[in-house]
Amino acid sequence: MGEKFLMKGNEALAEAAIRNGCKHFFGYPITPQTEVAAYMAKRMPKIGGTYLQAESEIAAINMVLGCASTGARAMTSSSSPGISLKGEGISYIIGSDLPCLIINVMRGGPGLGGIQPSQADYWQATKAPGHGDGQVLVFAPSSVQEIVNLIGQAFDLAETYRMPAMILADGMLGQMMEPVEFPEVVPTPHEKPWALTGTKGQRKPNIVNSLYLQPQELERTIIERQKRYDIIREKEVQVELQYMDDAEFAVVAYGATARVVKSAVSKARAKGIKVGLIRPITLWPFPEKEIAAAAKQVKAMLTVEMSMGQMVEDVRLAANGACPVGFFGRTGGIVPSPAEVLAEIEKMAGGAK
Amino acid sequence: MAIVFQKTKGLTDKETHYCPGCTHGIIHRLVAECLEELGVLGDAIGVAPVGCAVMAYDYFNCDMVEAPHGRAPAVATGIKRARPDNVVFTYQGDGDLAAIGTAETVHSATRGENITIIFVNNAIYGMTGGQMAPTTLPGQVTQTTPYGRDVNYSGYPVRVCEMLSTLSGVAYAERVAVNNVPNIRKAKAAIKKALTAQIEKKGFSIVEVLSGCPTNWGMTPQEALKWIDDKMIPYYPLGVYKDVTEKGVHA
Repeated sequence: MGEKFLMKGNEALAEAAIRNGCKHFFGYPITPQTEVAAYMAKRMPKIGGTYLQAESEIAAINMVLGCASTGARAMTSSSSPGISLKGEGISYIIGSDLPCLIINVMRGGPGLGGIQPSQADYWQATKAPGHGDGQVLVFAPSSVQEIVNLIGQAFDLAETYRMPAMILADGMLGQMMEPVEFPEVVPTPHEKPWALTGTKGQRKPNIVNSLYLQPQELERTIIERQKRYDIIREKEVQVELQYMDDAEFAVVAYGATARVVKSAVSKARAKGIKVGLIRPITLWPFPEKEIAAAAKQVKAMLTVEMSMGQMVEDVRLAANGACPVGFFGRTGGIVPSPAEVLAEIEKMAGGAK
Repeated sequence: MAIVFQKTKGLTDKETHYCPGCTHGIIHRLVAECLEELGVLGDAIGVAPVGCAVMAYDYFNCDMVEAPHGRAPAVATGIKRARPDNVVFTYQGDGDLAAIGTAETVHSATRGENITIIFVNNAIYGMTGGQMAPTTLPGQVTQTTPYGRDVNYSGYPVRVCEMLSTLSGVAYAERVAVNNVPNIRKAKAAIKKALTAQIEKKGFSIVEVLSGCPTNWGMTPQEALKWIDDKMIPYYPLGVYKDVTEKGVHA
């Protein structure tokens, strides 16, 4: 602790994963996350770990499934189109109650889209990472340091709740260089009696499976999982509030966009507009209570995203009509500018002062 | 009194769901016997497919995981990379291995992934009720080739062992059948050899087993066994296609 490194977001992410005990990485090259794979390819052989370049994103996520089923910490990393391919495997991993880490360094879509930063996979990450009833933990860092800090938590919570965790970053965070410190890692031991290690003739076989042909049985497993989700919604929400104590207006933004918004909020404050920032750090679980409380406090809210408006739906659900919730977004790889966001804040506050 | 035969410890007591006359039961037994006889049942981790053998995880008496359709070789790869000293096998049908999972099959083979694949080729999709498989024979009638497989329209059946034997990562590839006692004995020897190749860390091994599906072929069990001889074996010749275990590397 204490030593600072100047690192790209993608490389810091990879290093943090290794320091948190991940020895198995399975991936496939895709811009703008390829540095994660390149870093892993360099480091893993030196620590006796696995870097394996799969034949596809589909194969990579299924290698993660197999690896995770043995109880080992496993991860994969990709960007938007690649995450779509992983959807099948993510659903099976959810259904098999396996922990793992998935990185999405988002780029513009749909289709092949572009390679510039985007937040247009919010719905995919938080609503439907794969088919069926199921969730993944979704963390949205907004700095390289926060990426590093969240990786350990993501692995720990994935193992605590036996489910995938996702770091939802974007091309800007992945590519930017910032000074980072790597905190001392105190590994949390997780018992894994379900892991496939071979019976050694000492126990009954372990079975990792997501098939339940009896509807009653399938419903039971889903309800059991939902109970865990309820605990997560209660205990694991993370959100940063800035200038909210006396705020009359609030802007909700996450990830790299929140950095732009922070700067716009500071400028608005300097102009005398009492505006605050609500920055969800976990997107699932979503900070519903904090936003509901803020909605009762402020006159209006604005959600800013690098999409056509996805998180804004959750903000509106949480606000539940207590205040109007506006939206401003740029998409397709365009990062909103502080001036644009400031103009929107001024509009919300009733015109420029 | 001396015991001359008993059920292998490699199988559980669970009653299988397979149709009368289906040869999956024989193949399960052969794999289980080989794991037991090689003394690796306690080290074995099996990967079940999607298809008729989807519930193989209930039948094999070892640690098991159920993979998404076609992805068993990728799942097995993940297991093997984390636990190189366990014996890792997949058990897959023709749709799983040679259609939806072709990429996973070919690439695990060319990586020389040290796993064993038991490939059950019955020339049809069984679980979904008898549709054309990548291994359905020319002219063969299925639910989705009601006028017989027209190779000019639907293409040709895939010969998996021949294809994989060209890859340097493959240590052992053999095609066998389980339609009569001599063939069953050869099938067992092949499975044992494939698993031994893995235990000796030689690389990728596959045993393709020509298997009967009387239900979806619309035949009696006896007719199905004869159909393997008459129709399948001529298109899918039995034999060893690759073996680097004894005589050194050769294609």
